[in-house]
Amino acid sequence: MLGSIVFGLWWIVENTVTNLATQNKSVGFGFLSQSAGFQISTTLGTWLFDYEAGSSTYLDVYYIGIVNTFVVAFFGIFAATALGFTLGIMRLSQNFVLRAFSTAYIEITRNVPLLLQLFFWYFAVLRSLPNRRGKIEIFEGAAGINITGLYLPAPIPAEGFSATMIALAIAIAITMGINRFARIRQHETGKPFPVFWVGTGVLVLIPLAVFLVTGSPLSWEFPEFRETGPILRRGYQDGMGMLIIPEMMSVWLALTLYTAAFIAEIVRAGILAVNKGQTEAALSLGLKQGKVLQLVIIPQAMRIIIPPLTSQYLNLTKNSSLAVAIAYPELVSVFAGTALNQVGKEIEMIFMMMSVYLTFSIVTALFMNWFNSKVKLVER
Amino acid sequence: MIKITSAIAGVATAILATSAFAGAHGDTTLGQVQAKGFVQCGVSQGLPGFSNADDAGNWAGIDVDLCRAVAAAVFGDASKVKFTPLSAKQRFTALSSGEIDILSRNTTWTMTRDTQLGLNFAGVNYYDGQGMMVPAGLGAKSALELDGANICTNTGTTTELNITDYFRANNMSFNLVAYEKADEVVAAYDAGRCDVYTTDRSGLAAQRTKLTSPDAHVVLPEIISKEPLGPVVRQGDDNWFNIVRWSLNAMINAEELGITAANAASMANDNNPSVKRLLGTEGNFGEELGLSNDWAMNIVTQVGNYGESYERHVGLNTPIKLARGVNNLWSQGGILYAAPIR
Ligand SMILES: N[C@@H](CCC(=O)N[C@@H](CS)C(=O)NCC(=O)O)C(=O)O
Repeated sequence: MLGSIVFGLWWIVENTVTNLATQNKSVGFGFLSQSAGFQISTTLGTWLFDYEAGSSTYLDVYYIGIVNTFVVAFFGIFAATALGFTLGIMRLSQNFVLRAFSTAYIEITRNVPLLLQLFFWYFAVLRSLPNRRGKIEIFEGAAGINITGLYLPAPIPAEGFSATMIALAIAIAITMGINRFARIRQHETGKPFPVFWVGTGVLVLIPLAVFLVTGSPLSWEFPEFRETGPILRRGYQDGMGMLIIPEMMSVWLALTLYTAAFIAEIVRAGILAVNKGQTEAALSLGLKQGKVLQLVIIPQAMRIIIPPLTSQYLNLTKNSSLAVAIAYPELVSVFAGTALNQVGKEIEMIFMMMSVYLTFSIVTALFMNWFNSKVKLVER
Repeated sequence: MIKITSAIAGVATAILATSAFAGAHGDTTLGQVQAKGFVQCGVSQGLPGFSNADDAGNWAGIDVDLCRAVAAAVFGDASKVKFTPLSAKQRFTALSSGEIDILSRNTTWTMTRDTQLGLNFAGVNYYDGQGMMVPAGLGAKSALELDGANICTNTGTTTELNITDYFRANNMSFNLVAYEKADEVVAAYDAGRCDVYTTDRSGLAAQRTKLTSPDAHVVLPEIISKEPLGPVVRQGDDNWFNIVRWSLNAMINAEELGITAANAASMANDNNPSVKRLLGTEGNFGEELGLSNDWAMNIVTQVGNYGESYERHVGLNTPIKLARGVNNLWSQGGILYAAPIR
């Protein structure tokens, strides 16, 4: 058995190499250090890796793709979870309007292909924004939006800012400690502890104090808008402030709205699966509706919700590759697309791309497994 | 989790397997094509004049005609072709994996593609160059005024590289927004996402017809690159390469010799030996390709000569309205020059 698998693998590799050789194509990863001659639109990735066409390498392109995929996936998962839980709970609400809205939303969203939704949002976003020479101001002089993107102030940390970051890390550790202490205390004495308020206080006050003591070592770079001069030079200026391109907004929006509908159904199913007696018992103990949901229903529903929720997260991550259609430079677009077309190393590049998705999947799955074991109902 | 891992493993094996199997059994491309009974031809996803499908799914264009010519040469029947629409990004992988037999998709002949990508360009069927289109309202008269522009184009093209080179060489800054499909480029440019739309000039002429108001846009005078577009095959099969190359040469030579779809049959017994060799009444040129001697006769009667194909799809009487220009025969002031059949 093992022998035939090994032989099979050997046969595939051997054949691949031979066939590539007939086509006079070589195998190897040397291309990664070649410089890439194409421009990539401004995104977190290009900013982090200081991308410059002609001097940055294909390896940089790979990293940029990973970062850009990761960013939409991360924020998408975040927003889709919040929206999905809200919709799922609304779907079970006593209020007819909320229930009907949620049902309609879920049915429509789940039944329209994601790619269509992506185009819809992209062109809806584009068409509703003022052109490049115009803007809608969100905060006078500090933030605004037009068809080229959303412009925000960019934080520029000065020397000494790391002290604030360290303080933040310490504050997080303290909050976790408090959380633990509160749980133990409540368990032993039954007295609740205002974890939320104390925790927030610690998280805000400690870093803030350090920040002020070190002399506020952070400045802001504001977007710059020009109304005069050569027509192509008018509008928001390149490289000033932080830019979120409309492609990124639309991908994020579409992935969030789409995945939220699936998460809502998972949440609804999870809640419904909790025995009705639980609600009745909790209510008869005098808990308020909200508390019943928070303390009794959701924790029990979580163990049913988490496994399918994990696969929705993975779906969202993989679906982000559709973004190539609307020019968002994520991994599939920029590395397995543009770069692949320039160097033609299909096997190596697809392998590198798959490794990234696989790693994302494994990390997400491990995290969710860990989370699941944390929230799992401990049966006594 | 397990499902995902095995799905990915499945895809990986599939990819490896396709590249492993392509030509694994020492079969020639001609042999495979004859066995399946048609030529699988990679074309664009819709570029009027070059390769474009009508509502009924019938493909037409000069790139499509080239594939039809190969089918006519191989099978004596120009209709024995199947088309695979490909985006710029997918095209080379489709060719090297063996999914298609010919790539005839406004593809530029470059050295990287000819060497590093393991491809062979069988000739040039349209000499082009990259241009830029801007809304007339912008008032730009030259590409050198475009400093700071937002530019829309296709991913996986020479276009991306040329525009980057051009702006760097002229010390101008720009932002590139690159879409996978041409339709989205057009739609985004139309919506005002970019100040500039750049691609091959022939592509600009074709895509312009899809804009809301084509006349509100101007093509700038600069031609920033050489884009010799032609049919491509995989390396490693010289005979198939020859068949594609000589199918194109036959169309160009036919025009030069005055042979058309209408008169080919009657010209077969012409006194001119060049005409006879082309039409198969003298010599055995077809057999040397592994085909029958009426290979080129079939091309000309079923598809037409190069000029006929050109005028039918991109010429001045079509919506694309491209003058012959450099794509005229060398004897007519152009640079089209096919090696002789002898
Ligand atoms: N000739 C260039 C560009 C080819 C190209 O893809 N052009 C676009 C814009 S004209 C196109 O044909 N799009 C049609 C499609 O996406 O199907 C190359 O070979 O890289």
